[in-house]
Amino acid sequence: MLIRMTESSVKKLSNGDRCYRASNGVKPGKNGCVKNHYLYQKQHCYPEEKIYHVAHNGGLYKRPFNEVFEETPMLVAVLTYMGYGILTLFGYLRDFLRDWKIEKCQNATEREEQKDFVPLYQDFENFYTRNLYMRIRDSWNRPICSVPGAKFDVMDRVSYDYNWTFKYTGKVVKDVINMGSYNYLGFAENHGLCADAAADVTMKYGVGVSSTRREMGNLAKHEELEKLVARFLGVEAAMAFGMGFATNSMNIPALVGKGCLILSDELNHASLVLGARLSGATIRVFKHNNMQSLEKLLRDAIVHGQPRTHRPWKKILILVEGIYSMEGSIIRLPEVIALKKKYKAFLYLDEAHSIGALGPSGKGVVEYFGLDPKDVDIMMGTFTKSFGAAGGYIGGKKELIDYLFTHSHSAVYATSMSPPVVEQIITSMKCIMGEDGTTFGRDRIQQLAENTRYFRRKLQEMGFIIYGNIDSPVVPLMLYMPAKIGAFGREMLKRNIGVVVVGFPATPIIESRARFCLSAAHTKEMLDTALRMISEVGDLLQLKYSRHLLVPLLDRPFETTYEENEE
Amino acid sequence: MASGQQWVLVEMVQAFYEAPAYHLILEGFLILWIVRLLFSKTYKLQERSDLTEKEKEELIEDWQPEPLVPLVSKDHPPPKYDVVSGPTSHKIIVNGKECINFASFNFLGLLDNERVKNQALTSLKKYGVGTCGPRGFYGTFDVHLELEERLAKFMRTEEAIIYSYGFATIASAIPAYSKRGDIVFVDEAACFSIQKGLQASRSNIKYFKHNDMDDLERLLKELETEDQENPRKARVTRRFIVVEGLYINTGDICPLPELVQLKYKYKVRILLEESLSFGVLGEHGRGVTEHFGVNIDDIDLISANMENSLASIGGFCCGRSFVIDHQRLSGQGYCFSASLPPMLAAAAIEALNIMEEDIDIFRLLRDKCKHIHSALQGISGLEVVGESISPAFHLQLEKSTGSRELDVKLLRGIIDYCMNRQIALTQAHYLDKEERFLPPPSIRVVVTIEQTEEELEKAASLIKEAAQHILQHTVLGH
Repeated sequence: MLIRMTESSVKKLSNGDRCYRASNGVKPGKNGCVKNHYLYQKQHCYPEEKIYHVAHNGGLYKRPFNEVFEETPMLVAVLTYMGYGILTLFGYLRDFLRDWKIEKCQNATEREEQKDFVPLYQDFENFYTRNLYMRIRDSWNRPICSVPGAKFDVMDRVSYDYNWTFKYTGKVVKDVINMGSYNYLGFAENHGLCADAAADVTMKYGVGVSSTRREMGNLAKHEELEKLVARFLGVEAAMAFGMGFATNSMNIPALVGKGCLILSDELNHASLVLGARLSGATIRVFKHNNMQSLEKLLRDAIVHGQPRTHRPWKKILILVEGIYSMEGSIIRLPEVIALKKKYKAFLYLDEAHSIGALGPSGKGVVEYFGLDPKDVDIMMGTFTKSFGAAGGYIGGKKELIDYLFTHSHSAVYATSMSPPVVEQIITSMKCIMGEDGTTFGRDRIQQLAENTRYFRRKLQEMGFIIYGNIDSPVVPLMLYMPAKIGAFGREMLKRNIGVVVVGFPATPIIESRARFCLSAAHTKEMLDTALRMISEVGDLLQLKYSRHLLVPLLDRPFETTYEENEE
Repeated sequence: MASGQQWVLVEMVQAFYEAPAYHLILEGFLILWIVRLLFSKTYKLQERSDLTEKEKEELIEDWQPEPLVPLVSKDHPPPKYDVVSGPTSHKIIVNGKECINFASFNFLGLLDNERVKNQALTSLKKYGVGTCGPRGFYGTFDVHLELEERLAKFMRTEEAIIYSYGFATIASAIPAYSKRGDIVFVDEAACFSIQKGLQASRSNIKYFKHNDMDDLERLLKELETEDQENPRKARVTRRFIVVEGLYINTGDICPLPELVQLKYKYKVRILLEESLSFGVLGEHGRGVTEHFGVNIDDIDLISANMENSLASIGGFCCGRSFVIDHQRLSGQGYCFSASLPPMLAAAAIEALNIMEEDIDIFRLLRDKCKHIHSALQGISGLEVVGESISPAFHLQLEKSTGSRELDVKLLRGIIDYCMNRQIALTQAHYLDKEERFLPPPSIRVVVTIEQTEEELEKAASLIKEAAQHILQHTVLGH
């Protein structure tokens, strides 16, 4: 039996959600286990499939929570390590050849005048870049020259020196199906309501502001946006910022400081990590989405207090994300909130990927679980993804936002948001809320949910190992081996599908993956074409690693709590 | 060499066979002992009386955290922001009153330039607004590549890299190079984003007095003696000087030629932040390097935002590819953030076009700066701080009242007086508790080329009037 279930720490509360384990002897690593909570199962056929946002009474979870992480097959793991071993050996060999000037060194070099300065980079820093990344560098930064909608145009480029430099041929690969952009609700558009509104504002306001919110850049438009965001989220007040990354890194320091404790998920985004570091608070990391680990840290923190002095912590802040962009997992929010309440900690929820993409009316992971937004102290999110714009926001109690207005680094030192971008957010958000008098917004949310389920189910049926929650529009498909990263990206582009591939250091070293982001703009035909191509490339590269293909969920040799929905 | 080693190996095996049994047993025992020493704890943990579950529960029950944000007392309500309805261009509506804008960093008046707007619009019609991804994952648009190329060409450097947020530019660039253990020399007047970048780098930071090259050299000499004591460490400790071209906090220009001399003398790299000087100083608006005629290759990295002169959003770094390219994998704000909306990049390109076509605007701006600068001299109670060619400079109280709060109130009084008479001004705002060296409170006056002679005169005389009215009033009041 290759299944191992993670226990939930507050399982007594969690809807009779029982946990089972059966070890196969392979060390259960972070993702080296199948975390499985089959509380729920559906076998309807697309396109009749409708996603029901079922509510169950009792327990923490008002809806089924179905998240799968299949174990890395042993052979694959061994081969992957071997792959890296061989690459590293060749790397050393080529570095040796470069040192002896046998191979031409393509690296940009230091100026002659500064050769006797302390080197700007340590040699080993660039070993990985030079010898591994450079081989498959063409898989990233591919320039596009159209709207990043359901399809986009990719600029053709070639490299005559093994990816050290690229030449643009001037040709354009038209109508590539876009499985890479975070365009969840399909608001990346150059026509229609949002674009027209943004165009008007561009002509009226120009694009810049040239001042900060605190000084002369506080537009009435910004305040309008903030009121709308607060209403959308169901919180008392909100504040908007010009950059999603900076929203995290420049506001966390305003909330916690020395003598405070931050509990951070190990897979949190770089911006959260940076914000936590800049704050000066003590940071402790818990296992990804693992509530036992979180509870243990919380208990220990309160019982033992600060290290050495043993003074009690001033406050404890839990940092989590709604959807994890590399894992496709959804935060176990009901449990986190239960824990936060029990231990009087504060919760900072980053909904960069989940806002708009989850919940029956797109209000993110809080709505997805049917929870009260008031239980989350700091609701953070971005406008880059679902709203097709740029920037970020923080929502919460009025005191919190008032405090941020006077203490946020962004408000005082950074140029405020560009007016056309603000307008794009206002229009798209109103559309999602149905305030434009149409159901376009709702339809898009429904479409995204259906696309997600359909795409995930098909991939699973094909035998790929995919990670994450059944409802997460971020779908990681495991590639494992370094050579397959480049191969998958290139083969898919050859077939006119644009995909994102990721490897170390964005993922653990053996868990290289491709990542698809679904969009409401994807039609069934597009998804079917994409799926057909993925399957083809999957066969070519032998990516269909999954060994659970033929195990129907009902036949699993353990009990599960099913929640059938009525149809 | 290989055969030699083999020979030793063979000898060892032979010796092993020939050794007597007691010898092997003794050696085996010794090996086991070493293993034990390696894995056993070297000290005894002090006796801990572990807490019982019940005690733990009580502790958890007892713990009361501080509130998430401090409670606001009723007498200190959060300050209200001035509200601007409509664009922040030359004519601006602040709190419902139409004013001439003396507060936005729109030096070249490109914010409401029709050509720039039209380019942005064309781009919007082609690409939409957002990019829906970071640069690595299909967030690179042809416009970004074009803008990077144009910026590099404009600045006459090998390469440029753009960020989607001005503040994040230098704040990401510094930690991309300077790591834990490295040494950074910084001017005390450095702006907040530099301070945040330094904090993120976790390097060893040494502040020198504002624009004081002797003080900097003193610190560099200190380091030199330290280096001689510990040459091994010195070989791997990177060192940087971080300065601003035109200081936003003081309106001063950095003494770049002296800095370059010190750079080569002490082998320190220079990172230069040019958010205010880019598009302002120099014959072609290339900034402080052009102003002093310093070879731009002597500066290791130049960073600037595109939010002031270019009147768009975002920032860029430029320099040699050897330096700049590193940020494409190590600049956090570059890698992990969504890229700049293409329409904002298109606006910046058009703004660059205008800057290249008409170098007269830079001269015009300087003339206007000098004009208002001299007009503002000799106001009793107010002191003009900053270079005469700086388009953003400060008016500080000649004599502080002794309380920052009161100073701020007085300055706000002057601003309100002017604002009621169609001149929009603002104070320079800081986070008082976060700044390393908090500048004294001041009114920041911003000059743009759109301001006419009359408007400059009017602003100057109004400020004079306001200062007389308010400052003397207060003196009497005391």
